[in-house]
Amino acid sequence: MTIALPGLPRFAVQPPDVSYRALRVWQRNRDVYLRMWKSEIVWPIVDPLLTLLALGIGLGGLVELEGNQDYVDFIAPGLLAIWPMWSAAAETGWGSYFRMENQRTFQAIVATPVSVDDVITGEIMWAATRALISASYILVLITAFGTVESGLAVLSIPLAVLPGLMFGSISLCYTSAARSISSLNYFFAAYITPQFWLAGVFFPLDRLPEWAQKAAWWIPATHVVEVYRGLASGDLEWGHLGDIAWMVVVTGLFYVVAIFAMRRRLIK
Amino acid sequence: MSVIIRARELVKRYGHFTAVDGISFEVRPGECFGFLGPNGAGKTTTIRMITCISPVTSGSLSVDGLDVGREPRRIKALLGVVPQEDNLDPDLSVRQNLQVYSRYFDLPPDVAGERIDEALGLFQLVEKQHDRIEELSSGLKRRLTIARSLINAPKIMVLDEPTTGLDPQARHLVWQKLRYLKGQGVTMLLTSHYMEEAAYLCDRIVIMHQGKIIIEGTPGELVERYAGREVIELHLSAEEREVVVERVAELPGVTVEAVEDIIYVYVRSADGFDAASLRLEAEKVVYRRANLEDVFLLLTGRGLVE
Repeated sequence: MTIALPGLPRFAVQPPDVSYRALRVWQRNRDVYLRMWKSEIVWPIVDPLLTLLALGIGLGGLVELEGNQDYVDFIAPGLLAIWPMWSAAAETGWGSYFRMENQRTFQAIVATPVSVDDVITGEIMWAATRALISASYILVLITAFGTVESGLAVLSIPLAVLPGLMFGSISLCYTSAARSISSLNYFFAAYITPQFWLAGVFFPLDRLPEWAQKAAWWIPATHVVEVYRGLASGDLEWGHLGDIAWMVVVTGLFYVVAIFAMRRRLIK
Repeated sequence: MSVIIRARELVKRYGHFTAVDGISFEVRPGECFGFLGPNGAGKTTTIRMITCISPVTSGSLSVDGLDVGREPRRIKALLGVVPQEDNLDPDLSVRQNLQVYSRYFDLPPDVAGERIDEALGLFQLVEKQHDRIEELSSGLKRRLTIARSLINAPKIMVLDEPTTGLDPQARHLVWQKLRYLKGQGVTMLLTSHYMEEAAYLCDRIVIMHQGKIIIEGTPGELVERYAGREVIELHLSAEEREVVVERVAELPGVTVEAVEDIIYVYVRSADGFDAASLRLEAEKVVYRRANLEDVFLLLTGRGLVE
Protein backbone atom coordinates (compact mmCIF):
# COMPACT_ATOMS: atom_id res chain seq x y z
CA MET A 1 0.00 0.00 0.00
CA THR A 2 1.36 3.42 -0.85
CA ILE A 3 0.38 6.43 1.16
CA ALA A 4 0.79 9.76 -0.57
CA LEU A 5 0.57 12.88 1.57
CA PRO A 6 0.46 16.27 -0.14
CA GLY A 7 3.63 18.24 0.44
CA LEU A 8 5.51 15.28 1.84
CA PRO A 9 7.65 12.78 0.00
CA ARG A 10 5.80 9.63 -0.96
CA PHE A 11 6.52 6.71 1.27
CA ALA A 12 5.47 3.15 0.88
CA VAL A 13 4.26 1.10 3.81
CA GLN A 14 4.88 -2.50 2.98
CA PRO A 15 2.99 -5.01 5.07
CA PRO A 16 5.18 -7.62 6.82
CA ASP A 17 6.59 -10.10 4.30
CA VAL A 18 7.11 -13.13 6.53
CA SER A 19 7.27 -16.70 5.24
CA TYR A 20 8.20 -20.16 6.49
CA ARG A 21 11.77 -19.16 5.61
CA ALA A 22 12.02 -17.50 9.03
CA LEU A 23 12.54 -21.08 10.16
CA ARG A 24 15.76 -21.21 8.09
CA VAL A 25 17.15 -18.34 10.12
CA TRP A 26 16.13 -20.13 13.32
CA GLN A 27 17.88 -23.29 12.06
CA ARG A 28 21.04 -21.33 11.35
CA ASN A 29 21.12 -20.04 14.92
CA ARG A 30 20.36 -23.50 16.28
CA ASP A 31 23.27 -25.00 14.33
CA VAL A 32 25.67 -22.40 15.69
CA TYR A 33 24.32 -22.97 19.23
CA LEU A 34 24.79 -26.73 18.93
CA ARG A 35 28.42 -26.12 17.99
CA MET A 36 28.98 -23.72 20.87
CA TRP A 37 26.65 -25.02 23.58
CA LYS A 38 29.43 -25.99 25.98
CA SER A 39 30.47 -22.38 26.40
CA GLU A 40 26.87 -21.16 26.45
CA ILE A 41 25.67 -23.51 29.17
CA VAL A 42 27.71 -22.06 32.04
CA TRP A 43 26.03 -18.70 32.36
CA PRO A 44 22.38 -19.75 32.78
CA ILE A 45 23.30 -22.33 35.42
CA VAL A 46 25.97 -20.68 37.53
CA ASP A 47 24.23 -17.34 38.05
CA PRO A 48 20.87 -18.67 39.24
CA LEU A 49 22.67 -21.18 41.43
CA LEU A 50 24.65 -18.43 43.13
CA THR A 51 21.53 -16.33 43.53
CA LEU A 52 19.65 -19.20 45.15
CA LEU A 53 22.54 -19.83 47.52
CA ALA A 54 23.37 -16.24 48.40
CA LEU A 55 19.92 -14.69 48.54
CA GLY A 56 17.73 -17.72 49.08
CA ILE A 57 19.73 -19.54 51.72
CA GLY A 58 22.08 -16.78 52.96
CA LEU A 59 19.84 -13.74 53.12
CA GLY A 60 16.76 -15.96 53.46
CA GLY A 61 17.85 -16.98 56.97
CA LEU A 62 17.18 -13.40 58.07
CA VAL A 63 13.84 -13.03 56.33
CA GLU A 64 10.49 -13.95 57.81
CA LEU A 65 7.56 -14.28 55.45
CA GLU A 66 3.83 -14.61 56.04
CA GLY A 67 2.71 -18.19 56.60
CA ASN A 68 6.25 -19.22 57.45
CA GLN A 69 7.14 -19.55 53.75
CA ASP A 70 10.87 -20.05 53.19
CA TYR A 71 12.48 -17.14 51.36
CA VAL A 72 14.19 -19.49 48.93
CA ASP A 73 10.76 -20.90 48.00
CA PHE A 74 9.52 -17.37 47.46
CA ILE A 75 12.25 -16.29 45.04
CA ALA A 76 12.58 -19.56 43.10
CA PRO A 77 9.59 -19.04 40.73
CA GLY A 78 10.74 -15.45 40.25
CA LEU A 79 14.11 -16.68 39.04
CA LEU A 80 12.36 -19.11 36.73
CA ALA A 81 10.56 -16.13 35.22
CA ILE A 82 13.46 -13.73 35.09
CA TRP A 83 16.37 -15.72 33.68
CA PRO A 84 14.64 -16.66 30.46
CA MET A 85 13.99 -12.93 30.07
CA TRP A 86 17.72 -12.37 30.22
CA SER A 87 18.46 -15.11 27.71
CA ALA A 88 15.94 -13.82 25.19
CA ALA A 89 16.88 -10.16 25.58
CA ALA A 90 20.61 -10.95 25.31
CA GLU A 91 20.03 -13.05 22.19
CA THR A 92 18.35 -10.30 20.17
CA GLY A 93 20.51 -7.66 21.88
CA TRP A 94 24.18 -8.55 21.76
CA GLY A 95 23.58 -11.64 19.63
CA SER A 96 21.59 -9.99 16.86
CA TYR A 97 23.78 -6.90 16.89
CA PHE A 98 26.87 -9.02 16.48
CA ARG A 99 25.33 -11.01 13.64
CA MET A 100 24.12 -7.87 11.93
CA GLU A 101 27.21 -5.65 12.20
CA ASN A 102 30.26 -7.74 13.00
CA GLN A 103 29.59 -10.95 11.13
CA ARG A 104 27.34 -9.51 8.42
CA THR A 105 25.24 -12.63 8.71
CA PHE A 106 22.03 -10.77 7.91
CA GLN A 107 23.59 -9.36 4.76
CA ALA A 108 24.50 -12.89 3.63
CA ILE A 109 21.01 -14.21 4.38
CA VAL A 110 19.02 -11.50 2.61
CA ALA A 111 20.98 -12.16 -0.60
CA THR A 112 18.98 -15.42 -0.77
CA PRO A 113 15.18 -15.83 -1.08
CA VAL A 114 14.92 -15.07 2.66
CA SER A 115 13.45 -11.59 3.31
CA VAL A 116 14.51 -9.04 5.92
CA ASP A 117 11.21 -9.69 7.73
CA ASP A 118 11.98 -13.42 7.78
CA VAL A 119 15.35 -12.67 9.39
CA ILE A 120 13.74 -10.54 12.10
CA THR A 121 11.09 -13.17 12.78
CA GLY A 122 13.66 -15.98 12.87
CA GLU A 123 15.81 -14.03 15.31
CA ILE A 124 12.88 -13.47 17.67
CA MET A 125 11.86 -17.14 17.38
CA TRP A 126 15.39 -18.08 18.32
CA ALA A 127 15.32 -15.70 21.31
CA ALA A 128 12.16 -17.51 22.49
CA THR A 129 13.96 -20.82 22.09
CA ARG A 130 16.81 -19.57 24.25
CA ALA A 131 14.25 -18.59 26.88
CA LEU A 132 12.82 -22.09 26.73
CA ILE A 133 16.26 -23.67 27.14
CA SER A 134 17.02 -21.43 30.14
CA ALA A 135 13.66 -22.17 31.74
CA SER A 136 14.41 -25.89 31.50
CA TYR A 137 17.77 -25.53 33.27
CA ILE A 138 16.34 -23.42 36.00
CA LEU A 139 13.33 -25.60 36.60
CA VAL A 140 15.70 -28.52 37.19
CA LEU A 141 17.77 -26.36 39.50
CA ILE A 142 14.92 -25.05 41.67
CA THR A 143 13.35 -28.50 41.78
CA ALA A 144 16.65 -29.79 43.14
CA PHE A 145 16.39 -27.14 45.86
CA GLY A 146 12.99 -28.56 46.73
CA THR A 147 11.15 -25.31 46.08
CA VAL A 148 8.58 -26.57 43.58
CA GLU A 149 5.24 -27.51 45.14
CA SER A 150 3.07 -28.18 42.11
CA GLY A 151 3.44 -30.37 39.05
CA LEU A 152 1.98 -27.43 37.11
CA ALA A 153 5.49 -25.98 37.20
CA VAL A 154 6.32 -28.16 34.19
CA LEU A 155 4.08 -25.84 32.19
CA SER A 156 6.57 -23.05 32.83
CA ILE A 157 8.87 -24.55 30.19
CA PRO A 158 6.53 -24.22 27.18
CA LEU A 159 5.16 -21.02 28.67
CA ALA A 160 8.67 -19.49 28.57
CA VAL A 161 8.15 -19.08 24.82
CA LEU A 162 5.74 -16.18 25.36
CA PRO A 163 8.01 -13.97 27.50
CA GLY A 164 10.82 -15.13 25.20
CA LEU A 165 9.02 -13.70 22.18
CA MET A 166 8.12 -10.59 24.17
CA PHE A 167 11.63 -9.78 25.40
CA GLY A 168 13.12 -10.89 22.08
CA SER A 169 10.93 -8.35 20.26
CA ILE A 170 11.52 -5.53 22.77
CA SER A 171 15.26 -6.08 22.71
CA LEU A 172 15.43 -6.22 18.91
CA CYS A 173 13.65 -2.84 18.75
CA TYR A 174 16.44 -1.35 20.80
CA THR A 175 19.12 -3.16 18.78
CA SER A 176 17.72 -1.62 15.60
CA ALA A 177 18.67 1.79 16.97
CA ALA A 178 21.99 0.86 18.60
CA ARG A 179 25.00 2.63 17.15
CA SER A 180 27.58 0.30 18.63
CA ILE A 181 27.61 -2.92 20.56
CA SER A 182 28.50 -1.06 23.76
CA SER A 183 25.46 1.20 23.47
CA LEU A 184 23.40 -1.91 24.17
CA ASN A 185 24.72 -1.66 27.72
CA TYR A 186 22.36 1.29 28.31
CA PHE A 187 19.40 -0.87 27.43
CA PHE A 188 20.44 -3.67 29.73
CA ALA A 189 21.47 -1.37 32.58
CA ALA A 190 18.45 0.94 32.41
CA TYR A 191 15.69 -1.38 31.26
CA ILE A 192 16.39 -5.09 31.69
CA THR A 193 18.31 -5.17 34.99
CA PRO A 194 15.83 -2.95 36.90
CA GLN A 195 13.05 -5.38 35.98
CA PHE A 196 15.04 -8.02 37.77
CA TRP A 197 14.73 -6.04 41.00
CA LEU A 198 11.34 -4.37 40.59
CA ALA A 199 9.14 -7.11 39.17
CA GLY A 200 8.36 -8.83 42.45
CA VAL A 201 11.07 -11.49 42.31
CA PHE A 202 12.71 -10.66 45.64
CA PHE A 203 9.83 -9.11 47.61
CA PRO A 204 6.04 -9.23 47.25
CA LEU A 205 4.73 -6.25 45.32
CA ASP A 206 1.82 -5.72 47.76
CA ARG A 207 4.38 -4.41 50.28
CA LEU A 208 4.93 -1.43 48.02
CA PRO A 209 2.93 1.83 48.13
CA GLU A 210 -0.02 1.88 45.78
CA TRP A 211 1.61 4.13 43.17
CA ALA A 212 4.57 1.76 42.96
CA GLN A 213 2.24 -1.20 42.51
CA LYS A 214 0.54 0.66 39.67
CA ALA A 215 3.89 1.43 38.10
CA ALA A 216 4.91 -2.22 38.37
CA TRP A 217 1.93 -3.13 36.16
CA TRP A 218 3.80 -1.48 33.28
CA ILE A 219 6.89 -3.61 33.80
CA PRO A 220 6.76 -6.65 31.49
CA ALA A 221 8.58 -8.95 33.89
CA THR A 222 5.93 -8.35 36.60
CA HIS A 223 3.38 -10.28 34.57
CA VAL A 224 5.79 -13.12 33.89
CA VAL A 225 6.62 -13.42 37.59
CA GLU A 226 2.91 -13.39 38.55
CA VAL A 227 2.10 -16.29 36.24
CA TYR A 228 5.13 -18.29 37.31
CA ARG A 229 4.32 -17.90 40.99
CA GLY A 230 0.91 -19.33 40.24
CA LEU A 231 2.38 -22.28 38.40
CA ALA A 232 5.03 -23.09 41.02
CA SER A 233 2.53 -22.95 43.91
CA GLY A 234 -0.45 -24.39 42.05
CA ASP A 235 -2.63 -21.38 43.00
CA LEU A 236 -3.82 -20.27 39.58
CA GLU A 237 -6.30 -17.42 39.33
CA TRP A 238 -8.29 -15.79 36.53
CA GLY A 239 -6.05 -12.77 36.94
CA HIS A 240 -3.23 -14.79 35.44
CA LEU A 241 -5.10 -14.86 32.12
CA GLY A 242 -4.96 -11.07 32.27
CA ASP A 243 -1.19 -11.26 32.66
CA ILE A 244 -0.95 -13.56 29.66
CA ALA A 245 -3.17 -11.27 27.59
CA TRP A 246 -0.94 -8.35 28.59
CA MET A 247 2.12 -10.23 27.31
CA VAL A 248 0.43 -11.24 24.05
CA VAL A 249 -0.56 -7.65 23.28
CA VAL A 250 2.86 -6.23 24.14
CA THR A 251 4.61 -8.97 22.13
CA GLY A 252 2.50 -8.24 19.04
CA LEU A 253 3.12 -4.54 19.35
CA PHE A 254 6.88 -4.77 19.71
CA TYR A 255 7.14 -7.42 17.00
CA VAL A 256 5.61 -5.03 14.47
CA VAL A 257 7.79 -2.17 15.70
CA ALA A 258 10.85 -4.43 15.44
CA ILE A 259 10.04 -5.22 11.80
CA PHE A 260 9.69 -1.59 10.78
CA ALA A 261 12.66 -0.43 12.84
CA MET A 262 14.96 -3.15 11.53
CA ARG A 263 13.86 -2.53 7.95
CA ARG A 264 14.82 1.10 8.41
CA ARG A 265 18.25 0.01 9.46
CA LEU A 266 18.82 -2.78 6.97
CA ILE A 267 17.12 -1.64 3.77
CA LYS A 268 18.92 1.32 2.25
CA MET B 1 18.39 -10.47 -29.11
CA SER B 2 17.36 -11.75 -25.70
CA VAL B 3 18.11 -9.77 -22.58
CA ILE B 4 18.44 -11.15 -19.04
CA ILE B 5 18.85 -7.89 -17.10
CA ARG B 6 17.30 -4.66 -18.31
CA ALA B 7 17.64 -1.25 -16.62
CA ARG B 8 15.84 1.85 -17.88
CA GLU B 9 16.56 5.31 -16.46
CA LEU B 10 17.49 3.69 -13.17
CA VAL B 11 17.88 6.15 -10.28
CA LYS B 12 18.90 5.69 -6.65
CA ARG B 13 18.83 8.61 -4.24
CA TYR B 14 19.80 8.76 -0.58
CA GLY B 15 18.21 11.98 0.66
CA HIS B 16 19.70 14.68 -1.55
CA PHE B 17 22.57 12.51 -2.74
CA THR B 18 22.08 10.78 -6.07
CA ALA B 19 24.15 7.59 -6.10
CA VAL B 20 22.86 6.30 -9.43
CA ASP B 21 21.67 8.93 -11.84
CA GLY B 22 19.43 7.58 -14.61
CA ILE B 23 21.41 4.69 -16.07
CA SER B 24 20.18 2.29 -18.77
CA PHE B 25 21.83 -0.96 -19.83
CA GLU B 26 21.06 -4.44 -21.01
CA VAL B 27 22.84 -7.65 -20.12
CA ARG B 28 22.58 -10.64 -22.46
CA PRO B 29 22.37 -14.23 -21.28
CA GLY B 30 25.74 -15.94 -20.99
CA GLU B 31 27.91 -12.85 -21.15
CA CYS B 32 30.16 -11.33 -18.53
CA PHE B 33 29.16 -7.72 -18.03
CA GLY B 34 31.47 -5.43 -16.09
CA PHE B 35 30.83 -2.27 -14.11
CA LEU B 36 33.98 -0.22 -13.76
CA GLY B 37 34.50 3.12 -12.14
CA PRO B 38 36.23 4.87 -9.27
CA ASN B 39 34.99 4.54 -5.68
CA GLY B 40 31.60 6.17 -5.27
CA ALA B 41 30.73 5.90 -8.97
CA GLY B 42 27.55 3.95 -8.17
CA LYS B 43 28.68 0.42 -9.11
CA THR B 44 27.87 -1.27 -5.81
CA THR B 45 24.59 0.63 -5.50
CA THR B 46 23.60 -0.66 -8.94
CA ILE B 47 24.52 -4.19 -7.90
CA ARG B 48 22.48 -3.79 -4.70
CA MET B 49 19.42 -2.83 -6.71
CA ILE B 50 19.86 -5.78 -9.08
CA THR B 51 20.14 -8.17 -6.13
CA CYS B 52 16.93 -6.72 -4.60
CA ILE B 53 18.74 -5.51 -1.46
CA SER B 54 18.22 -1.84 -2.15
CA PRO B 55 14.88 -0.46 -3.41
CA VAL B 56 14.88 1.44 -6.71
CA THR B 57 14.09 5.17 -6.39
CA SER B 58 12.81 5.50 -9.96
CA GLY B 59 13.14 3.92 -13.38
CA SER B 60 12.68 0.25 -14.14
CA LEU B 61 14.84 -2.77 -13.52
CA SER B 62 14.05 -6.35 -14.42
CA VAL B 63 15.99 -9.57 -13.96
CA ASP B 64 15.04 -12.57 -16.10
CA GLY B 65 11.79 -10.80 -16.93
CA LEU B 66 10.88 -10.24 -13.25
CA ASP B 67 10.51 -6.80 -11.70
CA VAL B 68 12.91 -6.24 -8.76
CA GLY B 69 10.26 -4.45 -6.68
CA ARG B 70 7.58 -7.11 -7.13
CA GLU B 71 9.38 -10.45 -7.18
CA PRO B 72 12.48 -10.15 -5.00
CA ARG B 73 12.31 -13.71 -3.70
CA ARG B 74 12.03 -15.24 -7.16
CA ILE B 75 14.87 -13.09 -8.46
CA LYS B 76 17.13 -13.85 -5.51
CA ALA B 77 16.56 -17.58 -6.09
CA LEU B 78 18.22 -17.14 -9.52
CA LEU B 79 21.26 -15.23 -8.32
CA GLY B 80 24.62 -16.27 -6.91
CA VAL B 81 25.88 -13.27 -4.98
CA VAL B 82 29.53 -12.74 -4.05
CA PRO B 83 29.67 -9.65 -1.83
CA GLN B 84 32.59 -7.27 -1.58
CA GLU B 85 33.22 -8.11 2.07
CA ASP B 86 33.23 -11.69 3.25
CA ASN B 87 30.20 -12.60 5.32
CA LEU B 88 30.83 -16.27 5.98
CA ASP B 89 29.58 -17.68 9.27
CA PRO B 90 32.69 -17.74 11.50
CA ASP B 91 31.11 -20.09 14.03
CA LEU B 92 30.48 -22.84 11.47
CA SER B 93 32.82 -25.11 9.51
CA VAL B 94 33.44 -24.73 5.78
CA ARG B 95 30.95 -27.46 4.94
CA GLN B 96 28.36 -26.25 7.45
CA ASN B 97 28.52 -22.81 5.89
CA LEU B 98 27.41 -24.31 2.61
CA GLN B 99 24.77 -26.51 4.25
CA VAL B 100 23.20 -23.61 6.11
CA TYR B 101 23.25 -21.51 2.95
CA SER B 102 21.60 -24.26 0.89
CA ARG B 103 18.65 -24.27 3.29
CA TYR B 104 17.95 -20.62 2.51
CA PHE B 105 17.22 -21.81 -1.03
CA ASP B 106 15.11 -24.74 0.17
CA LEU B 107 17.39 -27.33 -1.40
CA PRO B 108 16.60 -30.85 -0.21
CA PRO B 109 19.55 -32.23 1.81
CA ASP B 110 20.58 -34.83 -0.81
CA VAL B 111 20.65 -32.28 -3.66
CA ALA B 112 22.49 -29.85 -1.37
CA GLY B 113 25.02 -32.56 -0.49
CA GLU B 114 25.83 -33.18 -4.16
CA ARG B 115 26.11 -29.48 -4.94
CA ILE B 116 28.31 -28.92 -1.91
CA ASP B 117 30.70 -31.70 -2.95
CA GLU B 118 30.80 -30.31 -6.46
CA ALA B 119 31.47 -26.73 -5.32
CA LEU B 120 34.11 -27.82 -2.80
CA GLY B 121 35.80 -29.87 -5.52
CA LEU B 122 35.76 -27.06 -8.06
CA PHE B 123 37.35 -24.62 -5.64
CA GLN B 124 39.80 -27.15 -4.19
CA LEU B 125 38.33 -26.96 -0.70
CA VAL B 126 37.57 -30.62 -0.11
CA GLU B 127 40.41 -31.09 2.37
CA LYS B 128 39.42 -27.94 4.22
CA GLN B 129 35.75 -28.82 4.56
CA HIS B 130 35.85 -29.41 8.31
CA ASP B 131 38.07 -26.43 9.09
CA ARG B 132 36.87 -23.41 10.98
CA ILE B 133 36.45 -20.22 8.97
CA GLU B 134 38.98 -18.34 11.12
CA GLU B 135 41.67 -20.79 10.08
CA LEU B 136 41.27 -19.92 6.39
CA SER B 137 43.47 -17.44 4.52
CA SER B 138 41.75 -14.57 2.73
CA GLY B 139 42.20 -16.39 -0.59
CA LEU B 140 40.49 -19.50 0.77
CA LYS B 141 37.67 -17.43 2.23
CA ARG B 142 37.08 -15.83 -1.14
CA ARG B 143 37.03 -19.21 -2.85
CA LEU B 144 34.53 -20.42 -0.29
CA THR B 145 32.36 -17.33 -0.78
CA ILE B 146 32.30 -17.98 -4.53
CA ALA B 147 31.65 -21.69 -3.94
CA ARG B 148 28.76 -20.70 -1.67
CA SER B 149 27.24 -18.56 -4.41
CA LEU B 150 27.02 -21.66 -6.65
CA ILE B 151 24.90 -23.73 -4.25
CA ASN B 152 21.60 -22.77 -5.87
CA ALA B 153 23.01 -23.40 -9.40
CA PRO B 154 22.51 -19.71 -10.21
CA LYS B 155 21.51 -18.44 -13.62
CA ILE B 156 23.33 -15.18 -12.93
CA MET B 157 26.41 -14.64 -10.78
CA VAL B 158 26.86 -11.22 -9.23
CA LEU B 159 30.46 -10.54 -8.24
CA ASP B 160 31.27 -7.34 -6.38
CA GLU B 161 35.05 -6.89 -6.57
CA PRO B 162 35.72 -10.63 -6.39
CA THR B 163 39.51 -10.46 -6.15
CA THR B 164 40.15 -7.31 -4.11
CA GLY B 165 42.78 -8.00 -1.47
CA LEU B 166 44.00 -11.30 -2.92
CA ASP B 167 47.57 -12.19 -3.77
CA PRO B 168 48.38 -12.84 -7.46
CA GLN B 169 48.19 -16.65 -7.12
CA ALA B 170 44.79 -16.55 -5.49
CA ARG B 171 43.56 -13.98 -7.98
CA HIS B 172 44.59 -16.09 -10.97
CA LEU B 173 42.91 -19.15 -9.51
CA VAL B 174 39.66 -17.20 -9.04
CA TRP B 175 39.89 -15.90 -12.61
CA GLN B 176 40.34 -19.40 -13.99
CA LYS B 177 37.31 -20.66 -12.10
CA LEU B 178 35.18 -17.73 -13.19
CA ARG B 179 36.13 -18.31 -16.81
CA TYR B 180 35.25 -21.96 -16.41
CA LEU B 181 31.83 -21.04 -15.00
CA LYS B 182 31.27 -18.58 -17.81
CA GLY B 183 32.07 -21.42 -20.21
CA GLN B 184 29.25 -23.35 -18.53
CA GLY B 185 26.85 -20.64 -19.67
CA VAL B 186 26.44 -18.69 -16.42
CA THR B 187 25.72 -14.98 -16.93
CA MET B 188 28.06 -12.81 -14.87
CA LEU B 189 27.93 -9.32 -13.52
CA LEU B 190 31.20 -8.02 -12.20
CA THR B 191 32.43 -4.86 -10.58
CA SER B 192 36.12 -4.28 -10.35
CA HIS B 193 38.87 -1.79 -9.76
CA TYR B 194 41.29 -3.93 -11.69
CA MET B 195 41.25 -3.09 -15.36
CA GLU B 196 43.29 -6.19 -16.04
CA GLU B 197 40.55 -8.29 -14.45
CA ALA B 198 37.82 -6.62 -16.47
CA ALA B 199 39.77 -6.99 -19.71
CA TYR B 200 40.40 -10.66 -18.95
CA LEU B 201 36.88 -11.66 -17.88
CA CYS B 202 34.36 -9.27 -19.41
CA ASP B 203 32.70 -9.41 -22.81
CA ARG B 204 31.27 -5.94 -22.39
CA ILE B 205 31.86 -3.23 -19.85
CA VAL B 206 30.44 0.09 -18.82
CA ILE B 207 32.48 2.74 -17.07
CA MET B 208 30.53 4.63 -14.44
CA HIS B 209 31.42 8.02 -13.05
CA GLN B 210 29.40 10.07 -10.56
CA GLY B 211 26.34 7.87 -10.89
CA LYS B 212 26.24 7.87 -14.70
CA ILE B 213 27.39 5.44 -17.36
CA ILE B 214 29.90 7.36 -19.41
CA ILE B 215 30.81 4.68 -21.95
CA GLU B 216 29.86 1.18 -22.93
CA GLY B 217 31.50 -1.38 -25.22
CA THR B 218 33.84 -4.35 -25.43
CA PRO B 219 37.19 -3.83 -23.69
CA GLY B 220 38.99 -3.93 -27.08
CA GLU B 221 36.66 -1.39 -28.69
CA LEU B 222 36.98 1.02 -25.81
CA VAL B 223 40.76 0.88 -25.76
CA GLU B 224 40.88 1.43 -29.51
CA ARG B 225 38.35 4.26 -29.42
CA TYR B 226 39.63 6.20 -26.41
CA ALA B 227 43.28 5.36 -25.90
CA GLY B 228 44.34 4.27 -29.37
CA ARG B 229 46.81 1.56 -30.31
CA GLU B 230 49.80 2.40 -28.28
CA VAL B 231 50.96 4.69 -25.56
CA ILE B 232 54.34 6.32 -25.33
CA GLU B 233 55.38 7.48 -21.90
CA LEU B 234 58.01 10.20 -21.83
CA HIS B 235 59.78 10.56 -18.51
CA LEU B 236 61.24 14.05 -18.67
CA SER B 237 62.79 16.74 -16.56
CA ALA B 238 60.89 19.96 -15.98
CA GLU B 239 62.91 21.93 -18.59
CA GLU B 240 62.47 19.40 -21.36
CA ARG B 241 58.78 18.90 -20.67
CA GLU B 242 57.37 22.18 -21.94
CA VAL B 243 59.19 22.06 -25.24
CA VAL B 244 58.32 18.47 -25.91
CA VAL B 245 54.62 18.83 -25.01
CA GLU B 246 54.28 21.64 -27.55
CA ARG B 247 56.02 19.71 -30.30
CA VAL B 248 54.12 16.49 -29.71
CA ALA B 249 50.74 18.21 -29.50
CA GLU B 250 51.17 19.47 -33.06
CA LEU B 251 51.42 15.95 -34.47
CA PRO B 252 48.31 14.47 -36.09
CA GLY B 253 46.44 11.51 -34.55
CA VAL B 254 47.74 11.79 -31.02
CA THR B 255 46.34 12.85 -27.65
CA VAL B 256 48.80 14.22 -25.14
CA GLU B 257 48.42 14.28 -21.40
CA ALA B 258 51.05 15.56 -18.98
CA VAL B 259 50.88 14.20 -15.44
CA GLU B 260 53.58 15.27 -13.00
CA ASP B 261 56.85 14.18 -14.58
CA ILE B 262 55.39 11.90 -17.23
CA ILE B 263 53.94 12.82 -20.62
CA TYR B 264 51.52 10.26 -22.02
CA VAL B 265 51.15 10.22 -25.79
CA TYR B 266 48.14 8.20 -26.95
CA VAL B 267 48.58 7.24 -30.58
CA ARG B 268 45.49 6.67 -32.70
CA SER B 269 46.78 6.92 -36.25
CA ALA B 270 47.73 3.74 -38.04
CA ASP B 271 51.15 5.16 -38.95
CA GLY B 272 52.25 5.14 -35.35
CA PHE B 273 54.40 7.77 -33.80
CA ASP B 274 58.01 8.50 -34.45
CA ALA B 275 59.48 9.20 -31.06
CA ALA B 276 62.95 9.19 -32.53
CA SER B 277 62.23 12.57 -34.11
CA LEU B 278 62.08 14.04 -30.61
CA ARG B 279 65.74 13.13 -30.11
CA LEU B 280 65.36 12.02 -26.53
CA GLU B 281 67.54 9.62 -24.62
CA ALA B 282 66.22 6.06 -25.01
CA GLU B 283 65.69 5.39 -21.31
CA LYS B 284 63.28 8.32 -21.11
CA VAL B 285 60.91 6.78 -23.65
CA VAL B 286 58.67 3.80 -22.90
CA TYR B 287 56.52 2.20 -25.61
CA ARG B 288 53.60 0.04 -24.59
CA ARG B 289 50.19 -1.12 -25.81
CA ALA B 290 47.24 0.97 -24.77
CA ASN B 291 45.05 -0.75 -22.17
CA LEU B 292 41.79 -0.35 -20.33
CA GLU B 293 43.45 1.49 -17.49
CA ASP B 294 44.39 4.28 -19.92
CA VAL B 295 40.76 4.55 -20.96
CA PHE B 296 39.65 4.57 -17.35
CA LEU B 297 42.05 7.30 -16.31
CA LEU B 298 41.41 9.41 -19.40
CA LEU B 299 37.67 9.36 -18.81
CA THR B 300 37.39 9.52 -15.04
CA GLY B 301 40.40 11.71 -14.38
CA ARG B 302 43.49 11.15 -12.34
CA GLY B 303 42.31 12.98 -9.24
CA LEU B 304 41.69 10.85 -6.19
CA VAL B 305 38.04 10.16 -5.59
CA GLU B 306 37.38 10.00 -1.87
